[in-house]
Amino acid sequence: MHNYLSAGFIAYLTRDLLLGVRNKTDLVKPLIFFLLVSALVPLSIAPEAERLAQLAPGMIWIFAVLATLLSVERLFSDDLQDGSLEQMLMSPNLLIMPILGKITAHWVMIGLPLTLLSPVLGVWFSLPTVAVTPMMLSLAIGTAVLCLIGAVGAALTLPRQGGVLLALLVMPLYMPVLIFGSATIQSAVDGLDWTAPLVILVALLAIAIALCPLAINAGLRLAKNG
Amino acid sequence: MAATNILKIENLSFERNDALLFEPVSFELNSGEALHIEGANGAGKTTLFQLLIKLLEPCTGDVYFRGQHLSQCHFEYLSDILFIGHQSAVKAALTVEENLSWMSPDGTSTEKITAALQFVGLEHYASIPCYRLSAGQHRRVALARLMTTSATLWYLDEPFAALDKQGVGFIENCMQQHLDQGGCIVFSSHQDLVKIAARSYRLNPLREVV
Repeated sequence: MHNYLSAGFIAYLTRDLLLGVRNKTDLVKPLIFFLLVSALVPLSIAPEAERLAQLAPGMIWIFAVLATLLSVERLFSDDLQDGSLEQMLMSPNLLIMPILGKITAHWVMIGLPLTLLSPVLGVWFSLPTVAVTPMMLSLAIGTAVLCLIGAVGAALTLPRQGGVLLALLVMPLYMPVLIFGSATIQSAVDGLDWTAPLVILVALLAIAIALCPLAINAGLRLAKNG
Repeated sequence: MAATNILKIENLSFERNDALLFEPVSFELNSGEALHIEGANGAGKTTLFQLLIKLLEPCTGDVYFRGQHLSQCHFEYLSDILFIGHQSAVKAALTVEENLSWMSPDGTSTEKITAALQFVGLEHYASIPCYRLSAGQHRRVALARLMTTSATLWYLDEPFAALDKQGVGFIENCMQQHLDQGGCIVFSSHQDLVKIAARSYRLNPLREVV
């Protein structure tokens, strides 16, 4: 069991993290997008604290979805171009482990920074402090689901970089995450119990971890076989 | 020492757009033997390699590894093969050493990696990012894996592409060493090799090769 983990999951996780650190531009782009677009909202809408706080849950989640979508399309295309994908597909280990390693690295580089940056957005949107923890938890879990679903789209749209097709493919699948993610923050803003939508997000994550790697595996083999 | 049968291919064929790509392929390979796959550009050599490394499923035919049908020893087979294709699988953003270390089996010592880089003449480039290397040097990084792998069966698709004379010499030596140790190699090349005594297998395309 340890061998499966070390040969697949950990190897791809560390390599992709290292690649992410070296290619900083790819890493920073979605985060800058997330911050910039979020900064524009309070400027374009009347900066009334109450109104902004009402808009915040939906807005923050829409920007998180778009930032994730922006970053996910190159998840496998570089590997396809340089031949690494071929090596990954002929791995004797369960292919889901390298796939999960790559997606975890992607989440650490995109989902985690988005989560950590979100309190800044909370201040811009005059979000009550009670909503900050639910917001961070929902983003941490939700962006992981978005990365998994996005990876399915990225695999299915290879050898081209997804673009519009990728967006059309994954957007319907992003909807439940968007709904329950913003519902978690909204419930906290309204002073209601926010754990119920969060638990649904956790359930979505469990389903995505179980099913997405299988779909990605099939998509990658299809792409490689032309 | 009696030679052990490592690989046996029987009537392997592949269809694309409802047409067979090449005549069904059959050959056997014993330990210490090399097989040179010959054929014009577009004859299907790369497709044959992709069938052999299980990236593609054949239409007909069987593959036996150490006497066992692949369906019975899938994991053992994939654990004991090494494939280096047209694309080098080298990550441009990583250094030469990082690339080789990542591509080598778990637990490969730093000394072994340094020795492999020395063997392919890249010992002074260990900490250089690969985007600063030439195409030939990229190829050398990929081929340095030959020195760190423990796989018995090597599949090398055009291993000498982009290499200079010295690089070809390095790799030929490495291949010969592997054969002397009882390994097997299936390779394709348009280059005349001087050091490797390999049997030839001509791939006959069944469609017009332009």
